[in-house]
Amino acid sequence: MKPGNKARTTIRLSFSYIALILLTAFCAYPALWVLMSSVRTGDALFSDTILPTAYTFSHYTELFAKHPFGVWYMNTLKIAVSSMILGTILTLLTGYTFSVFRFTGRKNLMSLLLVLGLFPGFMSMIAIYILLNQMNLLNTHTAVIIVYAAGAPLYFLFAKSYFDTIPRSLVEAARIDGAGHMPIFFRIVLPLSTPLIVYTALMTFTGAFTDFIFAKLVLRSPDKKTLAVGLFDMIGDRFSNEFTMFAAGCVLAAVPVTILFILMQRFLVEGLTAGADKG
Amino acid sequence: MQQLATRREYPEHSKPFRKKAALLSVIALGLGQLYNRQYAKGILMLAFYAYGVFTAVTSLPHALWALSTLGETETHLQKVGKLYKQVLGDHSIFLMVEGLITVFIMIVLVWMYIAGIKDAYQTGKLREEGVQPNTFNQTLSFVMSYRFPHIVLAIPMLGVVFFTVMPIIFMILVAFTDFTRETMPPAHLINWEGFEAFWGILRNKAWSHTFYSVTLWTFIWAFFATVTGYFGGFAAALLVQSKGIRFKPFWRTAFILPFAIPMFVSTLIMRNIFNGQFGPVNQYLGMLGIAKAPWLSDPLWAKITLVLVNFWLSFPVSMLMIIGILSTIPKDMYEAADIDGASGTQKTRLITFPMVMYSMAPLIIMQFVANINNFNIVYLLTNGKPLNGDFQFAGHTDILITWLFKLSMEQGKYNYASVIGIFIFIVLSVFAVWNVRRTKAFKEEDAS
Repeated sequence: MKPGNKARTTIRLSFSYIALILLTAFCAYPALWVLMSSVRTGDALFSDTILPTAYTFSHYTELFAKHPFGVWYMNTLKIAVSSMILGTILTLLTGYTFSVFRFTGRKNLMSLLLVLGLFPGFMSMIAIYILLNQMNLLNTHTAVIIVYAAGAPLYFLFAKSYFDTIPRSLVEAARIDGAGHMPIFFRIVLPLSTPLIVYTALMTFTGAFTDFIFAKLVLRSPDKKTLAVGLFDMIGDRFSNEFTMFAAGCVLAAVPVTILFILMQRFLVEGLTAGADKG
Repeated sequence: MQQLATRREYPEHSKPFRKKAALLSVIALGLGQLYNRQYAKGILMLAFYAYGVFTAVTSLPHALWALSTLGETETHLQKVGKLYKQVLGDHSIFLMVEGLITVFIMIVLVWMYIAGIKDAYQTGKLREEGVQPNTFNQTLSFVMSYRFPHIVLAIPMLGVVFFTVMPIIFMILVAFTDFTRETMPPAHLINWEGFEAFWGILRNKAWSHTFYSVTLWTFIWAFFATVTGYFGGFAAALLVQSKGIRFKPFWRTAFILPFAIPMFVSTLIMRNIFNGQFGPVNQYLGMLGIAKAPWLSDPLWAKITLVLVNFWLSFPVSMLMIIGILSTIPKDMYEAADIDGASGTQKTRLITFPMVMYSMAPLIIMQFVANINNFNIVYLLTNGKPLNGDFQFAGHTDILITWLFKLSMEQGKYNYASVIGIFIFIVLSVFAVWNVRRTKAFKEEDAS
């Protein structure tokens, strides 16, 4: 390599590192800011200094004392885990059926589901509200779980394209050996699909964990609220009055999901590119 | 199994079984099966038929009446003895939903009725050919193995029909009524109004002005949101993956942060960060001696802030996807380019960019569609503000979907909101169908 080349590489790399550091600051700033706000004394949004001068954890304890924050947390976990289990099973079964079986109306059904998947659920919230009212499910967690789980199969496409990559001969060999459809699915196909299961479960979990617009409509009493609804109301009701406490709530709500995402990175890449035309 | 049956010569005693079986089935479902000596199946189908007829007789007339009139008696006071008592009238909306459910069930029943007749005809035909009809156990095992996909799909489909399809049909119907907060049942009746709500939006100057402006902004927003997110993600991906960079996993993880933090949390945080009076961004600008910017209070600034925050939220997704695609580009293409003496920028421009674009095209369209409907960011960050006096219940930054939300949930103009909903529905369907049809995961892969 020529010396001029080497110098050029060094300059290029230094610029790249500067850009990377700037971008990292840009990405991490809101998280760091809210973290600092949550341990700052006082309760205002405004602070004179960039770094807090005095630290306190009182906002975290206040959060549990003034609001049923623990109850919200448990509600959210309950809803998210239940819809994750139901939604994942439904999504995987739908994807598997479309991938393995050929039947009349298959293609039309698939495009219908994909189109329906584009509509935000609340576009027709009034109707769902009335439906739930008729089933006496308003202000219950069951309603939220049912709606989340029922919506999950609309995003079957990744499951389908993942199952497409599992060799058909494997399934056919098992069938010749006399295995039924269900045993094949649970004993042979699912154990080969860990990345898919993780991705689907993660997506349904975080979807249910972070949705607030539907939960806000259905869950009315304070003891039924989820984290998202509770936090939204906290800042909507008394704007900037309890800002530091709200920040503490944000930190507690965001930490588990953020860690999950970071740990599951490699599954995300596969899942996100499911719709792409891979060469 | 029926398909596997070998064809035989018609025996001497063959009778026209199929016509008789089909006719009997038309009279009462299951009779044909009984005639074909499939007793268990026949009895089950007869029971089903009885249930179907019962439902049809008891609820179909009511459902049709409900759907066509939406109720006839209003809530009124009635003299009971000496006192006036309030008597609840028909609840138009409940009637509409109930009517819809009944019609749905009837469609399913009719479909099964036709399938039953077809079955009797087929079995009769097999008998004419001298084949023994399937026993009940045989039928069961046939259903379990050949109708398996239908059985499995039935559960998710039920959910989709109830919580997605029916609400959409309901929404479409509401657009043709006078359903507003003022006519809220059960106090009032709702009436069919034809295209009244459509004309209300398109012909009334104030409304049509709002509609066109909001639509225009929706598309401008979706365009900028998609483009910034995509190219930002592209640049970040190239930066992280470029030769000689160390600690790649660290940088990637740092950039995933905005994607990993729950969106409602980060958007609410952003709303405070860009707070014009107390927010830290303006505070830092002040420290640097730069004038404060009206991030969320000036129409143009608010729009820029929206795109900026959306960039922060969305570039990690594009970055992850593009990193995934970069790894699938064959190395030998770059090696060949090296031999030809291509520079780094040339390789990026002529190999990487087209390859990524080719793979990402469907995903970009999907992101564009998702941004048209990006309710959360607008609602949580600006809630459509700053207000616009010229608009009907919409602010400067409102997109169609948030306007729809305000119209229905805040203003109670359900029929107008439904018209907007139908408009969004049509726009999205065009994009979606076109896109879905051409993605690879969708194309048939029967060759394998």
